[in-house]
Amino acid sequence: MSETSQVTASAPVSPGRAKFLRFLVRDAGVLLALVLITVFFSATAPYFATSGNALKIFVQIAINTVLAAGMTFVILTGGIDLSVGSVLALCTVVGATVMIDESLSPGVAILLALLACMATGAVCGFLNGWISTRWKIPSFIVTLGMLNMAAGAARVVSDNSTITGLPQSFVDFGNLIIGGFLPSIFLIAVLVIAAGWFVLRFTVFGRMIFAVGTNDEAVRLSGHNPDFYKIAAFIISGLTAGIAAMVYLLRLNIGSPIAGVGYELNAIAAVIIGGTSLSGGKGSIIGTLVGACILQVLSTGLQLLGVGDNFKPIVIGLVIVLAVILDAYREKLLKVIR
Amino acid sequence: MDAILSLEGVGKIFPGAVALSEVSLSIARGETHIILGENGAGKSTLIKLLAGIYQPDSGSIAFNGQPYRPKTPHDAQLSGIRIVHQELNLLPYLSIAENLMLENLPRRAFGIVDGKALNSRAVALLNEVGLDIDPRTRVEALGVAQMQLVEIAKALSNDSKLLVLDEPTATLTPPEIERLFAIIKRLKAKGVTIIYISHRLHEVFEIGDRVTVLRNGKLVATRDLQGLTVPDLVRMMIGRDIADEYGFDASIVPGTVALSVANLKRSTETPAISFAVRHGEILGVAGLVGSGRTEAMRALFGADPKLDGVVEIDGKPVAIAAPKDAVRHGLSLLTEDRKGQGLLLDMAVDKNITITDLGKVSRNGLLNRRAEAAAANDLVGQLRVKASSIEQAVRNLSGGNQQKVVLAKWLFRGTSTLILDEPTRGVDIGARREIYQLLWMLAAAKKGIIMVSSDLPELMGMCHRIIVFSKNKIVGDVPRAAFDQEHILSLAYQEYVRP
Repeated sequence: MSETSQVTASAPVSPGRAKFLRFLVRDAGVLLALVLITVFFSATAPYFATSGNALKIFVQIAINTVLAAGMTFVILTGGIDLSVGSVLALCTVVGATVMIDESLSPGVAILLALLACMATGAVCGFLNGWISTRWKIPSFIVTLGMLNMAAGAARVVSDNSTITGLPQSFVDFGNLIIGGFLPSIFLIAVLVIAAGWFVLRFTVFGRMIFAVGTNDEAVRLSGHNPDFYKIAAFIISGLTAGIAAMVYLLRLNIGSPIAGVGYELNAIAAVIIGGTSLSGGKGSIIGTLVGACILQVLSTGLQLLGVGDNFKPIVIGLVIVLAVILDAYREKLLKVIR
Repeated sequence: MDAILSLEGVGKIFPGAVALSEVSLSIARGETHIILGENGAGKSTLIKLLAGIYQPDSGSIAFNGQPYRPKTPHDAQLSGIRIVHQELNLLPYLSIAENLMLENLPRRAFGIVDGKALNSRAVALLNEVGLDIDPRTRVEALGVAQMQLVEIAKALSNDSKLLVLDEPTATLTPPEIERLFAIIKRLKAKGVTIIYISHRLHEVFEIGDRVTVLRNGKLVATRDLQGLTVPDLVRMMIGRDIADEYGFDASIVPGTVALSVANLKRSTETPAISFAVRHGEILGVAGLVGSGRTEAMRALFGADPKLDGVVEIDGKPVAIAAPKDAVRHGLSLLTEDRKGQGLLLDMAVDKNITITDLGKVSRNGLLNRRAEAAAANDLVGQLRVKASSIEQAVRNLSGGNQQKVVLAKWLFRGTSTLILDEPTRGVDIGARREIYQLLWMLAAAKKGIIMVSSDLPELMGMCHRIIVFSKNKIVGDVPRAAFDQEHILSLAYQEYVRP
């Protein structure tokens, strides 16, 4: 075993430089990839490097970024949440139903809709977390069940039809581009990411999320209840699904029981490309934002290059697999640097 | 000498640790060669090199006169070297026969498994190791000793030239050990070369021809066993006599009872046990692996469920349903499995230390990184943890330093009674001494200390009192004045040898 010698890690590089190298390998890698992809498409794809296109990309990544922010918490604890797409669908119909209630003034209706979305998402998230920890069932299975249940519930609530007629002020806010460059819904996504970043980096709760994902048994034997943090992560994922549902309503102005199909996979892809480890304990939510950007830049860029809709998923799929392969190498590199 | 296996200047380096350096060794054809060494001396690394799990960083290995460079365990098997690892590698839900023949299942047309041939061949192999059991039995239904024998039978299934046994007796009872030795002798008579790794010194004389001792990754010596004594081997293993290693502090007098456990019952099958530890006392817990020592400590700590029992701290009964209750009442548990249960391996030293009480380095749920770093640096300095910085991942620390981090995390929390399960396993000698010193410091500070260990000399050197487990029962409570290795060992075996 490696626990042999009395000679201890005389680090191959000085601590300060090691820190910088670690930053480069762990955090800057994805960012560099995003920059390279962007430069590539700017040079090759017509219209890519225009402000109009940039705005479009910002608008398009908002929903996925919000979902992926919550997903990051779950994956950091070592779980997975497959239900966020259909929980989003359920939340859009719940939110839209509340919002079109004519007995309420638009302001109150919008606020209530937001609360209803977040509450619905939180309840779904709680059930995911509670069931999987209480009966020790892999979250993959539990959230697969929730994916179906929430999709069904969305049809029941909406009577299987789309809900339209949202308040005009709400629709206007969704179309708002602040200062001519910052779409309102992208701002929401950035705020969610910022909140997640703050929690993960600066709070005791965030530290515990990482610790639980690293070794939940050690956390338990250190005098904590790891299940609490796992359930909390699922509730956060549910909450962000609720917020993402509001973003969906802002962007598309309809509540739809068939919204969000496949969104969970995009969210997971953003998290993984962003460098968060599927086995938990390692990763960053800033990486998740970058991962979401990479996915959308690729998708838009390929489209502008004239790559057909049939080939696009093949390229994106390859990129996801490549990201995970690179991640394995990154771990090796990090070990050498430490 | 006709060498079947020879190593020339073999070395293996891990990040931050030299696991093996310049090891040169010849194994003669047909001999039983013992390899001795403390935990962390490099025995496991050596085996993993032979098994193709690791590749050497320097030097060369020759097997049967040919260069031997296995890239995978499969390569090693093909060349005729079979290894029975300490951790058994059987597939629990398959039958014994399927496990035995897994690499070469007898087949009929269309790749259908030939059940008849499978079972008859399995019976033949089981006979070789003296195991009379239906080969269709699923492995999960077997006891550890039987699994061990199945592993050996499996190793024999491919007509191996060289059999490596890694601490095969660690979990066996004396009658089972006797049977294993009979099998080893029979194999030797058939001309099989055997490398036998152990740290049980007494048993190696019965089966070994020659012995090689490793220490800190280096080869100390290779000798004929004939003419050597146990103290000789000890001296070779640790480099000096052991008398002064523990530093028993006679000035510390145990005070009032810190923790008492009455009628602790883990399950309907296990007997109720009671014991107590005083403030300032180091209480030893002896017993064989699997005798219920670890399980009792885990149940006491709330890590595993218990049926019944009263735990009192300073005379007051406390309810412990989960580890968090135990921790709240000032108990600490250093687990036997340091990496799996004690540490957040991929997280930094400071984060491992503060995990027991983040409230101390935070306000309103917000971490104060500066206070955290200060507290961690403080403990790292106090315990002399050798790390490049508190931001180093504990994965890359040596065993001894990892153990110090576990101790540091409990010191950070503040504790009244520490339960230490195998605190020096896999810890090098230097760090081991420092851990002993730390325990004396804690005892002087009136902490109660419960020390579970398989290393009897260690318990006899460190403890005021030793309680002995045998088959889940506490069969003895031996005061320091009456310490005697033979006596304690016979107590530990007591419940197993009785008919």
